Amino acid sequence: MTIGFVMLCHTALERASEVARHWAIRNCPVVIHVDRRVAVAKYDALVKSLADLENIRFSGRHACEWGTWGIVAATQEASMIMLQDFPTVRHVYLASGSCLPLRPVEELIAYLSERPRTNFIESVTTEDVGWTIGGLDLERFTLRFPFSWRKQRRLFDGYVRLQRRLGFRRQIPKGIMPHLGSQWWCLTRQTLSAILENPDRAEIDSYFSRVWIPDESYFQTMVRQVSDSVESRSLTLSKFDFQGKPHIFYDDHLQLLRRSDCFVARKIWPHADRLYQSFMGNEPGAQAIAEPNPGKIDRLFAKAVERRTKGRPGLYMQSRHPNENWENGRTAAPYSMFEGFSDLFENFEVWLGKATGTRVHGHIFAPDAVNFAGGEKIYNGAICNSTATRDYNPTSFLTNLIWNTRGERQCFQFGPQDNQTLIYFMAGDPNAQISIISGAWAIPMFHSNRNFSDIRREAARLQKIEAHFLNELRKPWVKARVRTWTLAEFVENPMEPLQNIVDEISPRAMRRLTEAPRLADLSGFGQFLQNLRNQGMQPALMGDFPTGDDPRPLHARRGRPYLVK
Amino acid sequence: MGIFSQYMLRLARKRWRFRAFRKRRELQSVVNRTKAIKPEQILLFSTLRNERVRLPFFLRYYRSLGISHFLIVDNNSDDGSREYLAAQPDVSLWTTKASYKRSRFGVDWLNWLQSKYGHGHWTLVVDPDEFFVYPFSDTRPLRALTDWLDASSIKSFSAMLLDMYPKGPFDLTPYQEGQDPFDLAPYFDSGNYVVQRNYKFGNLWIQGGPRMRMFFQDMPERAPALNKIPLVKWDRAYTYVSSTHMLLPRGLNLTYDEWGGEKASGCLLHAKFLDTFALKAEEEMQRRQHYANSHEYRAYRAGVSTQPDLWCKWSEKYINWRQLEILGLMSKGNWA
Repeated sequence: MTIGFVMLCHTALERASEVARHWAIRNCPVVIHVDRRVAVAKYDALVKSLADLENIRFSGRHACEWGTWGIVAATQEASMIMLQDFPTVRHVYLASGSCLPLRPVEELIAYLSERPRTNFIESVTTEDVGWTIGGLDLERFTLRFPFSWRKQRRLFDGYVRLQRRLGFRRQIPKGIMPHLGSQWWCLTRQTLSAILENPDRAEIDSYFSRVWIPDESYFQTMVRQVSDSVESRSLTLSKFDFQGKPHIFYDDHLQLLRRSDCFVARKIWPHADRLYQSFMGNEPGAQAIAEPNPGKIDRLFAKAVERRTKGRPGLYMQSRHPNENWENGRTAAPYSMFEGFSDLFENFEVWLGKATGTRVHGHIFAPDAVNFAGGEKIYNGAICNSTATRDYNPTSFLTNLIWNTRGERQCFQFGPQDNQTLIYFMAGDPNAQISIISGAWAIPMFHSNRNFSDIRREAARLQKIEAHFLNELRKPWVKARVRTWTLAEFVENPMEPLQNIVDEISPRAMRRLTEAPRLADLSGFGQFLQNLRNQGMQPALMGDFPTGDDPRPLHARRGRPYLVK
Repeated sequence: MGIFSQYMLRLARKRWRFRAFRKRRELQSVVNRTKAIKPEQILLFSTLRNERVRLPFFLRYYRSLGISHFLIVDNNSDDGSREYLAAQPDVSLWTTKASYKRSRFGVDWLNWLQSKYGHGHWTLVVDPDEFFVYPFSDTRPLRALTDWLDASSIKSFSAMLLDMYPKGPFDLTPYQEGQDPFDLAPYFDSGNYVVQRNYKFGNLWIQGGPRMRMFFQDMPERAPALNKIPLVKWDRAYTYVSSTHMLLPRGLNLTYDEWGGEKASGCLLHAKFLDTFALKAEEEMQRRQHYANSHEYRAYRAGVSTQPDLWCKWSEKYINWRQLEILGLMSKGNWA
């Protein structure tokens, strides 16, 4: 008992000839079908190159345009020849010209003789397939497809739409349960002959000849009618990408293919010399017959498809530039923005860096400087600290910073005096953790030695900017993790919010804060706000700071304040 | 995009093609071996001036990728480049004394040659200091890439220009003929590139890298463009608009995914900052033949004369294409 190969070829005929010879000299008959659209000279060369082998046949040539009946007709005719001419054949294996045997054919024969009555054909009902491209699954069987998908795409799509709108349905013949599956199968003589010698075959063929992509449904459907022992998987390793075209194997897949233990793989790049050389010389090994295990290859290709469809979040580059809201993550990693903290606390950056173990920048969007952590001039990824470059494209600046420091959380200070271009970007970014002490910008002013009329004007400007930001943060489209306090609220009880923020930044630390950052001196701040009021400017964002009632003595204490819990 | 602007772009394309047709008179054939070009071969087009010392490595590099034929325009070299190229069996050479600037920096000349010899071929347009790297370029020849692009119905492939530089002054170690320039200049900036969209032509406009960081940090809008689309399945109806930054019809510029995914892309390693650079900058300043009144070269010259060191502690040292992929400078897309 042996196995016979039916090969469908349309390009790279030299490789097809090589593979056919490989099988034929190992006593496996081969029937070759060559697409009618291949030039006669090339076809003749193929026939001539295999003329010395008596167990190779060529079947009548059909034009095999993808998605049409020609491929099935070609398969039927070639299979008939196989069954008639080679009575010792028990299994017929459908392969293509770009298939490559990965394991010695003796192992395949041994594998099949252990399963003499099993048909290996992927055959799934239309409800269960997830891989059909273009949304056509059951409709493959119920609509008409008179137009070429390749050459007349608009007509094709338009006619499908028209039929859907009119509610047109072809009748599926009685007793046929549409199944779909990979085109590459391996059937027993019994099953195959039952399909081909079916008394109703003329009728069934005429139905299927107008089904869309019948090569993925004809045998897959008919096999269910004639056989009970169907193993719904293909022995051919063949992976498809998101457009429905097969992934191609190259020389550098050699080890991967070796370890897959599959019998046949497609599709192989015709110039992959090393693959052809190493697998064609395969002699049967001594090891036990292993089950095919394409897991690794599956993962590789699944990853490739994911990269093509989802991409790496937060990456903006020459071949990935998502439209707004299609970013799949605006930035690469979570980051924290603090507004007002460095005004309220002395040396807040240093304290936060210690408490969370992250990089804490100063005001990286300040109008006069890009204050990277540690006063760096150039930061990760060679981002330079030029304000002109930053303001030229602030989005690129921020996304680059987050992308370049993947794996190390970034925290930075922000304020109403800084470049505000990115407030919408950050507010809509789920990776952003935004913490704001509103009105804290007034503290440096309070400490400054400027003329009061200047202070008043500046305070009015900053208050307007911050109020706008706070207002935007209340919009329904905001995705950032936002926390806001008024200055008065925060000063009342600074430790609890700080603890929350720190816990969120480094959740695994799970320890209580022992050291509090030092509050700026606020004695007289209430009076300062009152002065602003008296000058006609209404400070609204600081919360309720009563005049004369300075905050508690926590920060009046000298030395390092420790918190005892 | 309205019908009117579409029509204007069509007119622009016709105009560039006609201009290329006119400029063909400026080209004088030195050796024409284009009869040897066979269908399906990959062709390389280039313009150059006085690059003799770089040529041996350049030709070796691209031959090893699988370029079958080089079509080169020599812009009046006087250092032996022409004689050297004419002697190569796989080079077809044209020469011209005409103005580089008025041929739009060589674009017109190459557009003409491409429409004449490149139709139906995959064509790669690079300068002699640009070295094409693509996914799997260490294990798969260029033909594997173009076959895959064909199978995926992709007509153009982008490769961002990646400026490479040495540690220390450019002229610390002189470049020797035949040497891999990236032995001397192996460093690059990994993550300071600024990307924006050009809605008129549909391409991305990328700036950044060491040049922006050092020479243009106070006028970033003038920093040179780094987006390039050097590999195209050429049709005689196509035309490059400005260098290889963008093409018409504009569909060819859509080499990026807009819905979150990544398309496959490569990089052009740019070996500009070698000891030859100062000389070149000086010469170009005299000729005033470069883009935007040689603004770029003027900025460099100001920098070069104070001995700039492009290297910084965040500079990455080039290893291979996988490194560039991980850093997010290029992508495999769904090619695996």
